[in-house]
Amino acid sequence: MTDIVKSATPTKPSVNYARQFERVALLLVWALTIALFSFLIPNNFLNWGNFSIMFASYAPAALLALAIIIPLTAGDYDLSVGATLTLSASTIGVLNVWQQMPIGWVLVIVLLMGLGVGLFHSLFIIYFRVPSLVVTLGSTSLMSGIVQWITNSSTIGGIDNSLIMAAVGYRLFGIPYAFYYALGAALIMWYIFDFMPLGRRLLFVGRGREVARLNGISVNKVRVGALCMSAVLASAAGILYAGVLGSADPYSGLNYLLPAFAAAFLGATTIQPGRFNPWGTIVAVYFLATGITGLSMLGIPLWVTNVFNGGALILAVTISQITRGREASDIG
Amino acid sequence: MLPVLSVTKLSKSFGGAKALHNVSFDVMPGEVHGLLGKNGSGKSTLVKILAGFHAPDEGGTLHFNGEQVQLPLKAGEGRRLGMAFVHQNLGLVPSLTVLENLRLAELTKDGKAFINWSAEKAAARQALTRFGLDIDPAERVDRLTPVQRALLAIVRAFEEIEAARAITGKPGLVLLDEPTPFLPASGVAQLFELVRSITALGSSVIFISHDIDEVMEITDRITVLRDGEQSGELAKADATHEKIVEMIVGRSISREQSRKPARGSFPVYARFEGLSDKMLQPSDLHVGKGEILGLTGLIGSGYEEVPYLAFGARSGASGTIAIEDGAPFAQSTLNPAAAIERGFALLPGDRHGESGVDSLSIVDNMFLPDIGRFFKTGFMRNGAMVREARELGTAYEVRPNDPGLKLSALSGGNAQKVLIARWMNRSPLLLLLDEPTQGVDVGTRQQIFAALREAASEGMSIICASSEAEQLAEICDRVLVFARGRICDEITGDRLTKEGISEACYVSAGPASNMTTTPRVA
Repeated sequence: MTDIVKSATPTKPSVNYARQFERVALLLVWALTIALFSFLIPNNFLNWGNFSIMFASYAPAALLALAIIIPLTAGDYDLSVGATLTLSASTIGVLNVWQQMPIGWVLVIVLLMGLGVGLFHSLFIIYFRVPSLVVTLGSTSLMSGIVQWITNSSTIGGIDNSLIMAAVGYRLFGIPYAFYYALGAALIMWYIFDFMPLGRRLLFVGRGREVARLNGISVNKVRVGALCMSAVLASAAGILYAGVLGSADPYSGLNYLLPAFAAAFLGATTIQPGRFNPWGTIVAVYFLATGITGLSMLGIPLWVTNVFNGGALILAVTISQITRGREASDIG
Repeated sequence: MLPVLSVTKLSKSFGGAKALHNVSFDVMPGEVHGLLGKNGSGKSTLVKILAGFHAPDEGGTLHFNGEQVQLPLKAGEGRRLGMAFVHQNLGLVPSLTVLENLRLAELTKDGKAFINWSAEKAAARQALTRFGLDIDPAERVDRLTPVQRALLAIVRAFEEIEAARAITGKPGLVLLDEPTPFLPASGVAQLFELVRSITALGSSVIFISHDIDEVMEITDRITVLRDGEQSGELAKADATHEKIVEMIVGRSISREQSRKPARGSFPVYARFEGLSDKMLQPSDLHVGKGEILGLTGLIGSGYEEVPYLAFGARSGASGTIAIEDGAPFAQSTLNPAAAIERGFALLPGDRHGESGVDSLSIVDNMFLPDIGRFFKTGFMRNGAMVREARELGTAYEVRPNDPGLKLSALSGGNAQKVLIARWMNRSPLLLLLDEPTQGVDVGTRQQIFAALREAASEGMSIICASSEAEQLAEICDRVLVFARGRICDEITGDRLTKEGISEACYVSAGPASNMTTTPRVA
């Protein structure tokens, strides 16, 4: 009955050190990982060349993870981002290399196609009210099939050099531009999530749909927007992927899906714990990338990569849940 | 003859408050025993003790077929003795079939290697036909009518006590906790037939209802609770409507003195005509500028729909709304966004599901409908938002007043203050409330009332739907009483007291002869 007792002292928010630590925990673990590999691989690991390659080559994965957290925040799953990435990269290959279409037009078409994918998802998820898990799982298979059809299941090389240059050709501080595109996307998303009313609406739609509706938020529009943004961003990741690789690979894009989800959930344990947040996602992607790069430089077999991704995800989310005690999980 | 259930001197206190005090009654084999009382009379505490949710205070005893039962009741003990409960939510799984629901206990029992589906089907069919229920065991429960669902739940409860009887050889007891408010009259008749066929087999039924006529029709004896105490026990032969109302409400009243003209001292702000949905018959009502209008009635009487309809929060409704001298517009054109635009505000009764988001911060919850206001020159002014939230928190005495905390960190009363502050801060023209003080402690309740009165005196129109007569009497200028989906009484002036309102609820739910022929659920 604390509210009956008229306490004279004004309540002063006390600093919760455990919470403060939680915000930076993953950054510290990342630093420790770097230190560990630097110790184990004294000459080759800790050099700028190694890191700049890593920053660039994981940029498509970072964009993909950023794409996922938009619908996740609004309470919908988008499992199809991996397939959307592949579709986008393959379409670039087909149109640019086989059909000789100028790269500028191709990019416009690919981004519009992403928008189409988002609207297609919205039609089933919001209009027909099919669970998002089912729709995006289905469209993953659908798009993968289409990719095999249009590419004859072959890798298409020889993509316009300007795209490759824009992705990995030019460098700033030694890091290819690809990395900065991902950072730019995170910056824009941070602005939207934290400094625009839209971000708050997105959050309320995800956490309490009925509450949002009764407070005058058009829940359906917000959800459609989130699904479209996710697909467009996944297409952009496909463009970056084609640029980084210099070719369109009809298969490997799907391998990005699980690590991207791992990064999204892992990212929700850091920077702004308990929320899917862009900077946390970026940190998580590059933490996982560091681990994998280090392990492969140690000559550890490929399967360890998957074990590392999965293990890190489960461990991080578990620790975050333990520090919160009995408080309900905010994510998932 | 040994009573099936015998309760003596059962008491229960929460903190210092006595929720139940020295209650004793017997239920004989083959008897339908009615249990009556207002909200807060101790009825649900009694049910919860019988179900084993609450441990009663020292001194009370419970005998089942002569055997003394250890209190608090252990899990599974009720089932072993042959006691089964049908609560208002029925406890059915809508997405499963009738068969799966009916045989739930059997199908999920430990130590079974496989399920003999044809035997299960036969058992289900036998149970259904025994009570004359024409339901396909393979049908999904959500495709049944509300009546069929209620009957199914009762048949399942009865099957449970029969299973216990096969072992103990003694009669069982089914407790029906308000099964009727959402059923049409024909459904109630069907339900009563089922109850009679159960008692004909020697088992007993405890029937809890707000509807006095139903209770008079089906029960053999009635126990009435008032303010936690037993206010009397009546045999069917002695029971009259007036006598029962008197025992429930606490003083003698006659049904004649009901109608009084309304006080017309407030200029009309909003006028609703033909407002209806599936729970509410077309109703006309209005609220004055600066008036606090109360809406009440027994559960299922439709009053609780009005705030949501007035806010455009439910689909499938009809009627028109006129604001002051404006032209009337159709209710169907209204949605929450448009309602907020017009200066309406709705505080739903379901605090966790519809009103606030527990996992988000106080400041976010407080400014949800007007986040746009804090977006200036391209940025959310998060600092200004927190500052304003802290000021608002001080004004509404939110404790602890830390806007960064999650809403879940607050007690129920404080969370409600945050959500009321959300709307009051916008100075709405029409504030719609559904059970605004549910789960709110007494001190906070007074603070909320004071805030409402002050807002009304400054010209805010308030519609408050509540089942608690006491709070309506305290804050309302006028109270409309609903029964069976219609407005049946308007209370103003001297009659606007706790007793006056409760008795109107029971009187208006009146004898069957006054009942309209329209079913309550269209």
